[in-house]
Amino acid sequence: MVNMNQEAILSVRDLNIKFTLRGQVLHTIRNVSLDVYKGESIAIVGESGSGKSVLTKSFMGLLDNNGFISSGEILYDGKDLAKYKTEREWQKIRGGEIAMIMQDPMTSLNPLKTIGEQIAEAVRLHQPDVKGKDAVRDKVYSYLKDVGIRKPERRYKQYPHEFSGGMRQRVVIAIALACNPRILICDEPTTALDVTIQAQIMRLLKDLKAKYDLTILFITHDLGVVANIADRVAVMYAGDFVEIGTAEDVFYDPRHPYTWALLSSLPQLGQKGEELFTIKGTPPSLYKVIEGDAFAPRNPRALKIDFLMAPPYFEISETHKAKTWLLDPRAPKLEPPEGIRNLKNLEVLG
Amino acid sequence: MSAEREVLLDVKDLHVTFGNGKKQFEAVRGVSFQVYRGETFGIVGESGSGKTTIGRAIMRIHPTSAGEILYKGNRINGKISRQLDKQIIQEIQMIFQDPMASLNERAKVDYIVSEGLSNLHRHMSNEERMGKVQQALSEVGLLPEFASRFPHEFSGGQRQRIGIARALIMEPECIIADEPISALDVSIRAQVLNLLASLQKTRGITYIFIAHDLSVMRYFSDRIAVVYKGRIVELAETEELITHATHPYTRALLSAIPMPDPIKERDKKLTVYDPSIHDYDKNPPKWQEMRPGHFILANEREVKEGFGESRETDSDVE
Repeated sequence: MVNMNQEAILSVRDLNIKFTLRGQVLHTIRNVSLDVYKGESIAIVGESGSGKSVLTKSFMGLLDNNGFISSGEILYDGKDLAKYKTEREWQKIRGGEIAMIMQDPMTSLNPLKTIGEQIAEAVRLHQPDVKGKDAVRDKVYSYLKDVGIRKPERRYKQYPHEFSGGMRQRVVIAIALACNPRILICDEPTTALDVTIQAQIMRLLKDLKAKYDLTILFITHDLGVVANIADRVAVMYAGDFVEIGTAEDVFYDPRHPYTWALLSSLPQLGQKGEELFTIKGTPPSLYKVIEGDAFAPRNPRALKIDFLMAPPYFEISETHKAKTWLLDPRAPKLEPPEGIRNLKNLEVLG
Repeated sequence: MSAEREVLLDVKDLHVTFGNGKKQFEAVRGVSFQVYRGETFGIVGESGSGKTTIGRAIMRIHPTSAGEILYKGNRINGKISRQLDKQIIQEIQMIFQDPMASLNERAKVDYIVSEGLSNLHRHMSNEERMGKVQQALSEVGLLPEFASRFPHEFSGGQRQRIGIARALIMEPECIIADEPISALDVSIRAQVLNLLASLQKTRGITYIFIAHDLSVMRYFSDRIAVVYKGRIVELAETEELITHATHPYTRALLSAIPMPDPIKERDKKLTVYDPSIHDYDKNPPKWQEMRPGHFILANEREVKEGFGESRETDSDVE
């Protein structure tokens, strides 16, 4: 599926992001490296607080005021975004190069403007070659059609409150498309939506990715939803990627205990009458320096060395790598938990 | 097996209407079901289907416009005696969806959890009340010293536990859980579901579990009612419903469940429910038992010929 010779559209190199909070320093992104390939969709999966949103916000210069990149590079199109300081520099990136869809469609639209006006605004800003009122309006109609909104002529004049949650998310997607971006970051775009609508939005994103030649970065806490859309999956824990691989690698052959834990806790895999698997404890405090494997304190089968020394990446295949001592040749052989060994032959519901 | 079980809650032809005069909207249109003692009864449907309204009507938050709700054989909708009101306030409790919004930000946990108690047992001494609060907190896996803290000091999962403690302290027989896990992270979800399941085991609580996600339902509920636009379209025991889903809307819900299997997911066909396949104008549907314990809303033709194939999406829906 994913060819390693593919060209990286965005390269993160040894990135560190820190926040100052009440006189203390919070180390949220810890030495992260990631290549995002052109035309792929990659899912970043992790619990709340793992740093997945902070990482992607840093690609657009949207870190909160107390956050800063302390070292590392974000290479995009030959430029290092980590060095960008002024709003003027970021304006060239935001929207036109990298656009973002936020989690909650209820709060990300302006309630005082018609949705047509809001999409037209993006067209005027980012597509200067579309000139004249009528041309802009026609362009907006075509975007509305593309995101699956029928009767665009009527919908153009409506306000966000006249739309349901799923329809609003479609409008938000239309605005993002109107910016003509190369990379689309979707930050939990379906968490606030129903399962049926979620499935439709996922399908829509997939269709649009092909049509507009997009690279998609998909952020979620739910491994269950990304199997459909992701070519690759990167699992984040405590500000670092613990496992990266193709969707097949991560679902059928997960190696890191944290990935095992995330998969095991999916209610889809729960057997009635039995307890669901839960991850004990809480993520580590990022105020302190983390020694060893960050997940070790919550991992009941952690090795001794996990507490002493942070593991490096071990390559399982060309596309698949994980940060766990279990992959060291000297480590004892541990099988993944029983419930997730056979995801390939999983009985599909219905 | 269902015949001998005790019916705790009997809902008969329930209607709930909002608005008055010309602008009326019937959110629940003739819903009937029974909830047995000790079971988990799931109500599943999309937003706007009226599933929450059903729960709230049982809680007496929304007035009903027609029909009856019987709790242990006594009617509890409409005008009821003060004594019965007191009884059901204590015996039926609710857990809300969003733990960020359902706790009083300006009150300490101690007050939030014990508010129901002080409304009902005004004579309770402070020590007794504190003891109950601490017991409820430890039962949901929180430390007793959390009682003196404010809600903002807690994470989403912990706040949901506070919400559960608030319901538990009343020693309810029935808890209506309205999407108690939709706002939570996957790993926290599992913890809250396990907690609810273990409370049911130790206390024999009956749950009415409201959600939009059939995958959680399948794991958690004994019986499931599928609600579409204010009506129950299908009702059956969980396994029966999953394996013999008949109504096209149920099948659409099933097809939308995301599965952690990339190869199958990529080729999956998404079915979408299109209400225009019914010819209910000429031939209105009836609530009927298809197989033992498996009810469905359908008309005669559909029972005979089936619903036909549901179509695949072209993403131009909703």
